[in-house]
Amino acid sequence: MTTGATPPRYKISIDNDECMLCERCIDNCSYGVFRREGQKILVDSHKCTACHRCIAMCPRDAISLEEKPNDYRSHPLWTREARETIYKQANSGQIILSGMGNALDYPVIFDRLVLDACQVTNPSIDPLREPMEIRTYLGKKPRQLSLEKIRESDYELKTKLSPNLMLETPVMIGHMSYGAISLNAQLSMAKAVSELGTFMGTGEGGLHKSLYPHQEHMIVQVASGRFGVDIDYLERGAAIEIKIGQGAKPGIGGHLPGEKVEADVSKTRMIPLHSDAISPAPHHDIYSIEDLAQLVRSLKEATEWKKPVFVKIAAVHNVAAIAAGIARSSADGVVIDGFRGGTGAAPRVFRDHVGIPIEAAIAAVDEKLRQQGIRNEISLIASGGIRDSADLTKAIALGADAVYIGTAALIAMGCRVCGSCYRGLCPWGIATQKPELVNRINPEEASKNVSNLIKGWTLELAELMGAAGINSLESLRGNRDRLRGYMLDEEMMKVLDIKAIGA
Amino acid sequence: MCGIISVIDRLGNNMNGESIKKALSLMNERGSGEGAGYAVYGAFPDLADYYALHLFYDNLIEPKGAVEELLKKWGKIEHSEEIPTYSSGRMLKKHIPWRYFFKPDTSLFASTESLEEDIIISLTTKINTEINGALVYSSGKNIAVFKASGWPEEVADFYRIQDYEGYLWLAHNRYPTNTSGWWGGAHPFNLLDWSVIHNGEITSYGTNKRYLESFGYKCTMQTDTEVVAYLSDLLGRRHELPPEIMVKALAPPFWDEIDEMPEKERKLYTALRMAYGPAMMNGPFAIVVARPDYIAGFTDRIKLRPMVAAESGDRLYISSEEAAIRTIEPNLENIWMPDAGEPIIGRLRR
Repeated sequence: MTTGATPPRYKISIDNDECMLCERCIDNCSYGVFRREGQKILVDSHKCTACHRCIAMCPRDAISLEEKPNDYRSHPLWTREARETIYKQANSGQIILSGMGNALDYPVIFDRLVLDACQVTNPSIDPLREPMEIRTYLGKKPRQLSLEKIRESDYELKTKLSPNLMLETPVMIGHMSYGAISLNAQLSMAKAVSELGTFMGTGEGGLHKSLYPHQEHMIVQVASGRFGVDIDYLERGAAIEIKIGQGAKPGIGGHLPGEKVEADVSKTRMIPLHSDAISPAPHHDIYSIEDLAQLVRSLKEATEWKKPVFVKIAAVHNVAAIAAGIARSSADGVVIDGFRGGTGAAPRVFRDHVGIPIEAAIAAVDEKLRQQGIRNEISLIASGGIRDSADLTKAIALGADAVYIGTAALIAMGCRVCGSCYRGLCPWGIATQKPELVNRINPEEASKNVSNLIKGWTLELAELMGAAGINSLESLRGNRDRLRGYMLDEEMMKVLDIKAIGA
Repeated sequence: MCGIISVIDRLGNNMNGESIKKALSLMNERGSGEGAGYAVYGAFPDLADYYALHLFYDNLIEPKGAVEELLKKWGKIEHSEEIPTYSSGRMLKKHIPWRYFFKPDTSLFASTESLEEDIIISLTTKINTEINGALVYSSGKNIAVFKASGWPEEVADFYRIQDYEGYLWLAHNRYPTNTSGWWGGAHPFNLLDWSVIHNGEITSYGTNKRYLESFGYKCTMQTDTEVVAYLSDLLGRRHELPPEIMVKALAPPFWDEIDEMPEKERKLYTALRMAYGPAMMNGPFAIVVARPDYIAGFTDRIKLRPMVAAESGDRLYISSEEAAIRTIEPNLENIWMPDAGEPIIGRLRR
């Protein structure tokens, strides 16, 4: 190999004074970093992914990790990543795969937005003492109501409502398929959403039997590979979501490596054992917006118009017009996935370079739908890099009805964002199908962690709303007057339709 | 702060402006002398078929010429006059109030759905956004609005509101924060048949405004109160919701209450919140909305601003303070504090 070995990205060292040779690090590291020779634990730092499993499990805090111990000669253009990608491709001739979300250093718009609070002229509302309404309905809404007068001050509703999902918190968990993640990970999240009165997506992996008890809180996905889709699957879901694209890899299909397709996954997905599950880039029955409208209608017909149908697209440059097209179909909601959205496996060049951030996409879609007078008739679900209750609150103030979280829910179950999901060796039992690793998640405990996270965010959302003098989520949605831009350029503030701080 | 008072005679008997002036002045503690206003329904019985367009002109040259050119293009001006004013206290005449009695020509508009009202709204928006030095602040039939910067008694004497009569009055004493001293910022706000007086601040303004814009309304008054008038127009006129339901869309019951309702009501209120969520108003407020056939008073859902209602004979009163009502009518038959979000509606019976 003419390029030689690249320096390790992480360096693991062991404090031998502290180490008691319990070998927990050896047991826990699925990447094979540790081995024992005589009275010593030796390490192969090259194999380390910085997943922190060893550090979390070491009873003596004897392990330390250093990032980039041997750096290259610094250069502003030829960064370490640029050089190492070249070494990798010079050796493999392949597309470089990566996991998790966009890893380039783009400015985070959420961090340049600040929220408002009341002082004097209007009182803030204390959620501990006053009602605070977080409930949200997702689905088609009537443009106006028609009523019939029965007698004085007694009216009956004449308008027929479309089925909606009722959420007790505007936080849902996005689509991460069985296959990409483990059944225990899915089960933990499913328990959490059932308990909280919200929903999660199945991803394009079918619906495993053990999730049936939670099916009323599951949104079943129909993606371009149609994996796992049959009428039973559609009927079990609370709602159906057509996946056109994903924020981490707009314009291309899904990719589940064959190593992750073991028996149960293959059965649930309805594909052969150990075959790579490659969903095509487009749906082969959707080559235009009218084809999409047909698929929406077919799914509606198949389920007797009893379930909301959402359409998920990646946030790309023209996202607003595409969303407006979707809104004209029978679809009940549009899901926009920003370019920071996570993934189990995506070509790095897509993950890092294609698409736009969710903040701008929400603003553009909300605005376009308003201009066309149809915003309130369709729901807008935002996803892709929502990290905390502040991001959630800002997303709603920009115009989202609800958000999907993905990575945040995984982190709540232990994920350290090491970005090696595509390798199927996740030591936290999340992005793996190896039974010994999957068993590291106890769904009872992990579901508690996930529901704690969403509960915490919901409490913080209520506090932020109360401070802003708002006691119902409807009055926060699209309320961009309660946002200000801090060090955002004028063009960006125009897109977001917000004022600068002090203005 | 701000103080509000409204009275309707449910048999349609006229009252002149003398006593409402006294009632409003009693609440001077709630104002700052920078804005007050009155609206009266039934003010122009002889010209009741024409839209009474009220304008503030900065001068009588460019803006007036431009407005009249526009009005003549789109309809007929039946009568035009400067609104009589009189020197009063320390008040400065910053604008020249003018009124036109106008009828739009519906045959000039392409859409068969175009009603006279929509034409008036679009002309109002056009004048307020495109003609410098002209502001339409009232446009209803048979409705007069008087407002300016000053204490209630100063503004009343400036227009001599005792010379006007009507069966329904609204009055507002302003403590401004958003736009101090701007005549256009004083209440009542009027749009067509609707007039609004408002004590409070609407924290959902951004949401309401964006919702209204998607129905073609443009907010031009730099203050949150105008959304109440537009929301009333949208829900009450265009969507034809009855007043008690419209008020429930603007200040709806809590989900916990809706969940406990009997089936039929639960369906109605769930649908109301789903369809009109973006119209819901948040923040502290006490509001009276008037139309020629009713007044509707309501507060925000947790009553962060005061509102008291009273009855005496055929008259229904709604006010920030009981004492103000008693100035008009010391012998009240009924006086009560409505619950949060509970509408008080006084309908014309004639």
